[in-house]
Amino acid sequence: MAIELKMPALSPTMEEGTLAKWLVKEGDVVKSGDILAEIETDKATMEFEAVDEGTIAKIVIPEGTDGVKVGEVIALIAGEGEDASAVEAAPAKAPEPEVEAPKAEAAPAAGEDGGPRKADTGTRQLASEKTATVSDPDIPAGTEMVKTTVREALRDAMAEEMRADDRVFVMGEEVAQYQGAYKVTQGLLDEFGDRRVIDTPITEYGFAGVGTGAAMGGLKPIVEFMTFNFAMQAIDHIINSAAKTNYMSGGQMRCPVVFRGPNGAASRVAAQHSQNYGPWYASVPGLIVIAPYDAADAKGLLKAAIRCPDPVVFLENELLYGHSFEVPKLDDYVLPIGKARIVREGRDVTIVSYSIGVGVALDAAEKLAAEGIDAEVIDLRTLRPLDKATVLKSLAKTNRMVVVEEGWPVCSIASEIAAIAMEDGFDDLDAPVLRVTNEDVPLPYAANLEKAALIKADDVVAAVKKVTYR
Amino acid sequence: MAKAAQPRTRKAPAAARKPAASAAPASNRERPAEPVRYKASKQEMLDFYRQMLLIRRFEERAGQLYGLGLIGGFCHLYIGQEAVAVGLQSALTVGKDSVITGYRDHGHMLAYGIDPKVIMAELTGREAGISRGKGGSMHMFSVEHGFYGGHGIVGAQVSLGTGLAFKHKYAGDGGVCLAYFGDGAANQGQVYESFNMAELWKLPIIFVIENNQYAMGTSVNRASAEDQLYRRGESFRIPGIQVDGMDVLAVRGAAEEALEWVRGGKGPILLELKTYRYRGHSMSDPAKYRSREEVQAVRDKSDPIEHLKRELEAAGVSEDELKQLEKDIRKTVQDAADFAEQAPEPELSELYTDVLVGQY
Repeated sequence: MAIELKMPALSPTMEEGTLAKWLVKEGDVVKSGDILAEIETDKATMEFEAVDEGTIAKIVIPEGTDGVKVGEVIALIAGEGEDASAVEAAPAKAPEPEVEAPKAEAAPAAGEDGGPRKADTGTRQLASEKTATVSDPDIPAGTEMVKTTVREALRDAMAEEMRADDRVFVMGEEVAQYQGAYKVTQGLLDEFGDRRVIDTPITEYGFAGVGTGAAMGGLKPIVEFMTFNFAMQAIDHIINSAAKTNYMSGGQMRCPVVFRGPNGAASRVAAQHSQNYGPWYASVPGLIVIAPYDAADAKGLLKAAIRCPDPVVFLENELLYGHSFEVPKLDDYVLPIGKARIVREGRDVTIVSYSIGVGVALDAAEKLAAEGIDAEVIDLRTLRPLDKATVLKSLAKTNRMVVVEEGWPVCSIASEIAAIAMEDGFDDLDAPVLRVTNEDVPLPYAANLEKAALIKADDVVAAVKKVTYR
Repeated sequence: MAKAAQPRTRKAPAAARKPAASAAPASNRERPAEPVRYKASKQEMLDFYRQMLLIRRFEERAGQLYGLGLIGGFCHLYIGQEAVAVGLQSALTVGKDSVITGYRDHGHMLAYGIDPKVIMAELTGREAGISRGKGGSMHMFSVEHGFYGGHGIVGAQVSLGTGLAFKHKYAGDGGVCLAYFGDGAANQGQVYESFNMAELWKLPIIFVIENNQYAMGTSVNRASAEDQLYRRGESFRIPGIQVDGMDVLAVRGAAEEALEWVRGGKGPILLELKTYRYRGHSMSDPAKYRSREEVQAVRDKSDPIEHLKRELEAAGVSEDELKQLEKDIRKTVQDAADFAEQAPEPELSELYTDVLVGQY
């Protein structure tokens, strides 16, 4: 029985990849440890090693093929005593590569034929690619739109601002030579050199302080945290040094620093690497906190953050980095800080969310539409200062509100929105504001538990039905 | 190496000790030369004396105002340590070089020529204070002078100062950052994170450990495995020099050596200034962890101001001249105190100002 070589998953979030190059050909004898192929993910090019010994009987997927799903058979190896040519003659079980298959429908590959089943992840339900149905009023009509990943949009924002202002520089772990742990800073070292794109040691507390001090001295640092989970080591500088100094100095000492990096649950990385710091930072006066959903907002808001004279915490989401959205082709696309955006208009209920929760909310809105409930979806975009006016105006129209947040329920942004609705929109409420959040537990590793802990569109649908009494 | 087993309470702090830099392990790494005591002109000595005396009298008055309830919160006095700030900062260029320190910051501000009135008014929480009354004793800044605070979190200023040094290098402005911290802060992790980056990137920074022997109530050798703090940079290849911090001319001499090293692009340097604070850690510290005799012995034998006074007398400065100087300083401090008492508190609307710079 020939051994099937399957497309490997080379990162927690990888769904598919490009089979860039075969380093072996049919008929080659391979042994454990030989490099068989180069596989490109959206983050990196990885080498694929042999585990089994035998003869390459058939290369099923030719090199240069894009969109090869994880788990798809890419080659067959004839084991010892097996006739490689016979294997070749056997009908290939593997399906033809579905190069055109839409990403969003990436089903758990393999498993059907009894092979090992790729464990599902709760984050699959999170990472929607739903886009706004209302165009951003900040984009002039007729602007050409370009499909861009969130990752590229963030990089473009930094590059544009670095070109415009020599005071802007990037520092962090693996931002330069490695091209970014999540490839967000890809290409910046080549363009700007090591004076302005600076690899730091693994020393979050230290380099957060160095960045903050450089900002106090008049530079405009972008401090990348590999993830915000690691920024807990640095939270003292973000809050005590960066956020408070302008106030404590009677307005003398500015601190125009941007702390950015991925935030929130990633895929199957468990409790210490999966948490949403939005509510933590949003509770601190003196900080600006931004958490964009799509690529256009990522770009326009990061540019605004870099220009901002105040310290900014810019919360990205790893699960969205590889997602593509339309980004306006404009020379200088800068969005206002502190302005929420209506991403879908509706009459019956307002769903408020931010970051990855917006996709879940849009998913839910679509399901609700099929049941005759017309939901309006608001993307907060900035968590501090919070755009109360947009939230309250929508509430006045729909009289019902559900808040969707990929994060814990207690002392959350959702709690804050509920309080705002109570204090300033009480007369507009026809039902209590409901919160749809993650479960109030550390995020578990097991796929089924992870799935159970995270928000999903169906929970939003259920909450909306409650507040609309359906 | 043999570590002092007994608390060093009986020794006069640094004065008697020979700076030990030459005893560092032999290595073929380049090291700064042994600093020499600064040869000050009579005028320079008078300036140092005036500045140290100003700090002393200012702090005494601040302690008094605290006792009267005019100053609140935490208030950390610099009495006894005056030679450190004066000796080091007299070698800097105000506005070009930057200075950053912790919460025991009044002396460093006075040594950088910042108006005593606005400092005292900050201590009393008045609108005219340097931080408009919103920072208080521990959080004072003068960006105009290149004085970057005044930081309340122990050790934070070391990383922030490294960032200021980064700015000097990035901008190529020729400036140097002087970052002060205490023997207590020397045990904070971020200090070593900063040492590593500063040396790695050859940043122009002088790390200054003001070793006043006590981290609040804990003596150095009760808290530090390596209590010769000038060696703390060695594993990062940062050379260290131990300096008698009770002798302003020795301090200035060390500053000259350190500046030459740092301005020469050789990266950071570490100075350990052996000094002593006469008062408690803060106004609310009864300082029961040391004997009255210990404090008195330092005052008698090593006081930096008395020390310099004798040198001035030997240089032919008359008693009358010194008396007049003392009188002028008392007047300056009295004026600052009066100003700080009479200046109005901030308007209530100040509560909401300067939280953010931009409008959103």
